[in-house]
Amino acid sequence: MNRPAMKARVGADIGGTFTDVVLDTGGALHSTKVLTNYAAPEQAIFDGLAIVLAEAGLAITDVDVLIHGTTLATNALIERRGARTAFVTSAGFRDVIEMRTEGRFAQYDIDLRLPTPLVPREDRFPIGGRMAANGDELAPLDEAGLDTLGRALAGQGFGAVAIGFLHAYANPLHEQRARSILAAHLDLPISISSEVSPKMREFERFNTVCANAYVRPLMADYLLRLQSRLRQLGGHCPVYLIHSGGGLMSVEAAAQFPVRLVESGPAGGAIFAADIARGFGLDEVVSYDMGGTTAKICLINDFAPRSAQVFEVARTTRFAKGSGMPISIPVIEMIEIGAGGGSIASVDAMGRIQTGPESAGSEPGPASYGRSGERPTITDADLLLGKIDADNFAGGAIRLDLPAAERAVRRDVGDRLNLAPGAAAFGIAEVVDENMANAARVHAVENGKDIAGHVMIAFGGAAPLHAARMCEKLRVRQCLIPRGAGVGSAIGFLKAPFGYEAVASRVTPLRGFDADAVNTLLSDLKARAEGFVREGAEGPTRTELLAFMRYAGQGWEIPVPIADRIYGPADAAELGERFRTQYARFFGRAIDGQSGLDIEIVSWSVKVEDIRPRPEARPLLSTGTPVTPAQFRQVFDPASGRHLASAVFERERLAAGDRVVGPAVIVERETSTIITSSFDAVIQQDGAILIVARELRA
Amino acid sequence: MSEIADIRLQIMWNRLISVVEEQAMTLLRTAFSPSVREAGDLSAGVYDARGAMLAQAVTGTPGHVNTMAEAVGHFIDQIPREQMFPGDTYVTNDPWFGTGHLHDITMVTPSFIGDRLIGYFACTAHVVDVGGRGFGADGQSVYEEGIQIPIMKFAERGVVNQDLIRIVRANVRQPDQLVGDLYSLAACNDVGHRRLVEMLEEVGLDSLQTLGAFILSRTHEASIERLRGLPRGRWTSELITDGYDRPIRLVAAVTIGDDGVAIDFDGSDPVSPYGINVPIAYARAYATYAIKCLTAPDIPNNAASLALVTVTSPENILNARRPAPVALRHVIGHLVPDLIFGALAQALPGRILAEGAGALWNIHMSFRPVAGQAGRHAEVLMFNSGGMGARPTLDGLSATAFPSGVQTMPVEATEQTGPIIVWRKELRPDSAGDGEFRGGLGQIIEIEAMAGHEFKVSAMLDRIHSPAAGRHGGQAGAPGRIRRADGTPLRGKGWQSIEAGQRIVLELPGGGGFGDPARRDPTARADDRRKGYVSDRS
Repeated sequence: MNRPAMKARVGADIGGTFTDVVLDTGGALHSTKVLTNYAAPEQAIFDGLAIVLAEAGLAITDVDVLIHGTTLATNALIERRGARTAFVTSAGFRDVIEMRTEGRFAQYDIDLRLPTPLVPREDRFPIGGRMAANGDELAPLDEAGLDTLGRALAGQGFGAVAIGFLHAYANPLHEQRARSILAAHLDLPISISSEVSPKMREFERFNTVCANAYVRPLMADYLLRLQSRLRQLGGHCPVYLIHSGGGLMSVEAAAQFPVRLVESGPAGGAIFAADIARGFGLDEVVSYDMGGTTAKICLINDFAPRSAQVFEVARTTRFAKGSGMPISIPVIEMIEIGAGGGSIASVDAMGRIQTGPESAGSEPGPASYGRSGERPTITDADLLLGKIDADNFAGGAIRLDLPAAERAVRRDVGDRLNLAPGAAAFGIAEVVDENMANAARVHAVENGKDIAGHVMIAFGGAAPLHAARMCEKLRVRQCLIPRGAGVGSAIGFLKAPFGYEAVASRVTPLRGFDADAVNTLLSDLKARAEGFVREGAEGPTRTELLAFMRYAGQGWEIPVPIADRIYGPADAAELGERFRTQYARFFGRAIDGQSGLDIEIVSWSVKVEDIRPRPEARPLLSTGTPVTPAQFRQVFDPASGRHLASAVFERERLAAGDRVVGPAVIVERETSTIITSSFDAVIQQDGAILIVARELRA
Repeated sequence: MSEIADIRLQIMWNRLISVVEEQAMTLLRTAFSPSVREAGDLSAGVYDARGAMLAQAVTGTPGHVNTMAEAVGHFIDQIPREQMFPGDTYVTNDPWFGTGHLHDITMVTPSFIGDRLIGYFACTAHVVDVGGRGFGADGQSVYEEGIQIPIMKFAERGVVNQDLIRIVRANVRQPDQLVGDLYSLAACNDVGHRRLVEMLEEVGLDSLQTLGAFILSRTHEASIERLRGLPRGRWTSELITDGYDRPIRLVAAVTIGDDGVAIDFDGSDPVSPYGINVPIAYARAYATYAIKCLTAPDIPNNAASLALVTVTSPENILNARRPAPVALRHVIGHLVPDLIFGALAQALPGRILAEGAGALWNIHMSFRPVAGQAGRHAEVLMFNSGGMGARPTLDGLSATAFPSGVQTMPVEATEQTGPIIVWRKELRPDSAGDGEFRGGLGQIIEIEAMAGHEFKVSAMLDRIHSPAAGRHGGQAGAPGRIRRADGTPLRGKGWQSIEAGQRIVLELPGGGGFGDPARRDPTARADDRRKGYVSDRS
């Protein structure tokens, strides 16, 4: 067999339902979806790998690198399948992860249930010793108590230990010392909060270190099995993991900080979109990923997805904010709402149509699947509106039952509101589109952006059906539907840089700016981030620094990009100016200088990633030669509120430069792209569909 | 097609709610007072041109949300239409025209399209200091409680009233923070206004009239429907609270009729000489909240759903008039839901939760260096919560705010704001009232000033002498307690000095139990012991 000159790179994404495997041989892309194997998740990867390797005529020995993302850590947190964890914490603060914020996330719900803490009270062990907010020691660590505790914990069936002390982000010495004392008695992985998440705010930090400890044995085992199975099969390539911040990390780092793997799949989707944005030179992009259960929206500016410092996993109640557990690590920031093809529609007490977050999933599935699903879903509404062809869904794999969809929509929505099924279906689609558009709009505003100026990149099975209407609602004028949209996350993995973001809290007022302390902190962070990156990359790197700043007295910090250099005391003025500029961008106006308000930096972040050679960006093709439709079908047009004869095209038969005049439907095996009456579509060189507002068409 | 038009109105309703959420989010992120930014003590809403509330942010605590709904009417009464201009913002902290005490700043912004007034945005936030004696119960009249800002213009045609700013700056302890908060409040209404105008342009409407009528009629119909499910009749209840220096009796009569719920507080104790009196708007806010929790938790809060509950009272502690001192109106006000639940438990036996800690256990502390030593001055406010009452099928929530909607601050954030050390903040064993379902646990807090500092504490605590009662055979929750670490008791209300090196200890009350303790599931009981919620000595 001829060994190809190009490298063979594999991306593998283990999701809740499917495991996606993509093989990139340096031009040709082979992909497959196999069912996720819950008992032995690694097996699905090798099953999928065998399929794509056979397709490409390669053997496992030819694979040069395997890049992997997984929901296993997330699922372990949601399903509470982690190790029994002992949490050692500051005396007087045993219940931080149980008392949470002392608030209720649903104001009027008397029967509210709060999430159960990851570590139950009987497994939380307070220990004397205390640091102050500035890192000074207020009370010495109770070393004798730790020694006794270490003996007592041995042999009690614990699988992991987490340590979280107050103000450990400002001074980690007590945590470090406690770890070494306990390690003398316990042969268990020990996670400490000052390493896992050195950020101020004890509830978030303690919860994060507990989550890390909780999933650590499970993930370490899994990663070990993955590697040994790879070796058994003859593979000798390195394995890297994609982390929640969208970069790559080594297996060793992942086994130590598995909480960083949470949300790595969706991160892959955002990188996929970012790579497409770079390919077309689009600097303001909103990615929109809609599958069966949820929709995810992410802003991508200058080809980089936005990142956040804390997010919530395992929301228990209708995706309600506050009903999950906070994880404080750098993460690609996205809004996830319960809006997917399987989301169920209903009518509330005010006669308002509601959609999701409950989903019919794939079992029983939408009513039209004919698998005993009785409740109307988004897919059923799309079918009634003519957006989906009943005979040609999922490549004809499932024949959709139109009368069943109509019955469900009529019974649960139409009859309750005196609406004909068609109007009810329109209502359902409008509500879900509005929910998604709202989420996108608010997300943009929270980041100081105007969504209308962005280009949308839509992927996932259900997104192409809804993208054009979303664009109308958001006044977005261009939307790309890339190829390979069904396995976008796995493709994204292959594009991910070796990158790591190291963060730390150190409250630093600009008045009396302590430049020396800042320089020391930044160089520590840089060394840490580079250490991670050097485990996988040798070439040149880029370093980005952020200061999280606020007016002293505020509680919300905004990220301010700062220069990578040595700081002096006089630089406070420049930092203050950068902050004021960013503040005005976020909130309309900076607070005028006459006030005596000081500005402070609360946290610092250093992100290092390797630089890859990039092909020249190609501009978007927004004009083309109109193609003549061979057939038409009636599709409901939401803006005009009536059915319109819409041209139907097969995506496979369209060529670069073809222009499809809306209203139209472009069908393919996995999905259909709806072009509403205010848009046209132009096929790009790489096969992507560009949906473009009529007034932009030249 | 009118059915399509209805669907479009429904979509716009969702959009309007998103507009006010965004308004609230802006305030949350720009506010200076920790009470707003960390604790979420704020609210935001949009009103039609007549001042009827159409939507409000889900964020927000009932004491603000429902009082603010009324406040906008006062602004409209006092600022003639011909003096309203695009770019204006109005302000007040008047307890009787706003939300019940001087520490809440309410701002109202008229929303114009061109020269046409289409509606209003309003928001409220609790600020840490408004001058006067400082946040506490000791004022003998509202004049001692801080600066009063009557309903007036904060900005006219976009220009901020600098005279007002100067007067405010001269009257408060932390002028930078307060002025920063005034700007944040105004900015959040501006954000709401901009989004509303964009939305109306986008959907091709030029007023809120059609949409407002749709929202209010749909809400009214749904609310009346819920009322049909309730028994008709009149029930009364009473409740004893600690008061300032002697117990205070609260009385309510709840009448459920065909078109609404009427609540009257006749028989409650007279106005107190201390700052624990409640303007009726605040009492009404919590009474309405209690009814809504039980009958219509899923129906959005707006003028139509609020109109279903009417609240009346002769002048007394729940209807205190100017110039009564009202700074701590929340301490009594937060007990109003327990009072209403007491009446409803007779109307709906077996369906109403037990009494809980009720009032937040707020403490305001004023730190300063010990005389002759260097150090920091700081005003620190902490919000803490005891246990919620047991529910008919669930244990009460431990250390959780109810009925208030606020949150606590992280201890690590609190310790950044002043020379304070919180040595302990954890659940309080043996504080829950026993029952088939037990109450929520209270918590224990221990506080000391940093070396070289001393502090004064303003206590605003209740349920020390009158613990949360159980329901249907459930036992009372443990009463609260405040003391020095050396054992000397402190008072539950009022300013008290704590010398350097001395710690204070707060033991927060637990919630009452529900149902006969003999019926409690033995595994739940064993779990309570394993977790140490119930200690071995009990």
